[in-house]
Amino acid sequence: MTAIYERELRSYFNGMTAYVFVAFLLLFAGIYAMLYNLNNGYPNFEYVLQSMTIIFLIAIPILTMRVIAEERRQKTDQLLYALPVGMTRVVLGKYLALLTVVALPCAIMVLYPVLLSTFGAVSFRTAYGALAGFLLLSAALAAIGLLISSLTENQAVAAGLCFAVMLLLYFMGDLSSFVPSSASASLGALIIAVAALAGAVRLLTRSTPAALAVAIVGEGGLLAGYVAAPDAFTGLFGRVMDGLSVFERFYTFADGVFDLSAALYFLTIIGVCLFLSVQSMEKRRWS
Amino acid sequence: MIEIEHLTKRYGSHTAVSDLNLTIEAGQIYGFLGPNGAGKSTTMNIMTGCLASTEGTVRIDGYDIYEEPAQAKARIGYLPEQPPLYLDMTPLEYLAFVAKAKGVKGQDRQRQLERAMEVTQIDGVKDRLIKNLSKGYKQRVGIAQALLGEPRVIILDEPTVGLDPIQIIEIRELIQQLGREHTVILSSHILSEVRAVCDRIMIISKGRLVASDTPDNLEKLFAGTAALELTVKGGEEAIRSALGGLPGVAGLSLHDGEVEGAAGVTLESDPPADLSEAVFRACAAADLPILRMSMRRASLEDVFLELTAGDTPEPAAGELEGAEKPEEESELPGGDGPEQGDDEGGERP
Repeated sequence: MTAIYERELRSYFNGMTAYVFVAFLLLFAGIYAMLYNLNNGYPNFEYVLQSMTIIFLIAIPILTMRVIAEERRQKTDQLLYALPVGMTRVVLGKYLALLTVVALPCAIMVLYPVLLSTFGAVSFRTAYGALAGFLLLSAALAAIGLLISSLTENQAVAAGLCFAVMLLLYFMGDLSSFVPSSASASLGALIIAVAALAGAVRLLTRSTPAALAVAIVGEGGLLAGYVAAPDAFTGLFGRVMDGLSVFERFYTFADGVFDLSAALYFLTIIGVCLFLSVQSMEKRRWS
Repeated sequence: MIEIEHLTKRYGSHTAVSDLNLTIEAGQIYGFLGPNGAGKSTTMNIMTGCLASTEGTVRIDGYDIYEEPAQAKARIGYLPEQPPLYLDMTPLEYLAFVAKAKGVKGQDRQRQLERAMEVTQIDGVKDRLIKNLSKGYKQRVGIAQALLGEPRVIILDEPTVGLDPIQIIEIRELIQQLGREHTVILSSHILSEVRAVCDRIMIISKGRLVASDTPDNLEKLFAGTAALELTVKGGEEAIRSALGGLPGVAGLSLHDGEVEGAAGVTLESDPPADLSEAVFRACAAADLPILRMSMRRASLEDVFLELTAGDTPEPAAGELEGAEKPEEESELPGGDGPEQGDDEGGERP
């Protein structure tokens, strides 16, 4: 795992990727810090972090698009498959390198509240709590990007797909307020969502039985649930969308609350995405 | 060393490898020979754990490649058809990474790196970026990574594809050199290559092993009736009476000779035998000067074409069994005993 980690890290810094990512984030951190903290005199560094999250829509796809897709395109994945180390270690090594890169701007931004404190009173606890949340958000989004990169051998496709997912996750919270809240509308939306999920399973696994199983269990469960307790479906789709809104979870940190459940949520996303990435790599061995 | 039993790989309805059985013994250079799409690369990918089989088992030194992948893979060095190189690294960086990933530690790593670079002769380019190297050097770097971890078996998938003639000769020499310390398995669809390099040849057609033996034995095995081609100075009647009654002669045909007053003669023997001495004596006794005499044998090309031609999904039982069990090969016409075959196989071309 160490060898994979070192190689990955070296590849980020041999090219421009890591430098551009770090510079991009720090540039916006500087701009927002100047606007909020210096020009307008807000003592809250967390506002800077909250405004910066939109940058991930571009930065995460650029950073993660090549992680596994490039290995497939260059056929270097055959070396990884032939190595006497498990695929879990390979994926972990890659993710840790990715995590190192996304942690770099956070490490530099640790200095910002200290610098700002020279101009006035700064709440270090809320600032650093928000920074920790920002790091967790970055780590979760990087894990999602890694998973998407493992699904294709085309970097452009990986980047495009990742951007679409980031966009959806970013606006998920806002979109949830536009969703009809009636029980029947929620049921209809969830049925379509499960059908889309089954389609994605078919696309990714090329297994019709697996897709059918997802569709039958999902749709069956929804219909059974609706028959048993239709009132529970009122506003359910909106709540599901809220639950999937990764960015919304960070805003709790930005509001000055260190939300342990949100931290656990981010860690769960990381775990699930890494697990699925390993399965995606293993699937290729079996397909 | 490597035991493959009932190996089958299906891609949907297409069967790439079908019930493949073979045993690889230590200390020899094996050649996987077969036309494109025969299943060579698929078999190699399964042997190295890069691909999972649909059915069957692969054991490396007794370790199952799926049950105990770490132990099994530690005994294999693999060069896929396209060398798995990181173009943004130098050969030295790349080899250090592979050695570390294979778990080679400390001074041993340094020693193995130096040896791999020395054997593959990439010392001179070790600090240049791989993307700037020629295809021949890239192939050498690929072979060097396969040597790291000191595996007992080196598996090379089409190692000379895309190289120029000089590079091909260099890589062949390198493979022969590797064969002195490792068991080497290489795949190719180039007959001259496996003929020049390999001790034993395994011919694969449509995912099935249809023959396995030394190059010489394969040629003998499929020679059928041996034929002697002669140009003899003399009359047709005299030639027929002198040679037609020789023991072992199954057929005699005459045609125009290349020299005036001489006839071209084709003598077939069954069972295959070398009639040249008997023919010489008979012609000498009949005062028939022999102007030219040569033995016609089946070439490896003939063997290859015979075994892989047309749609032959079900090879003859004798061929398949002979392929799986070398000791049975001697029972086939023209085949030598296993000891002789092995001895011949032990010699380097």
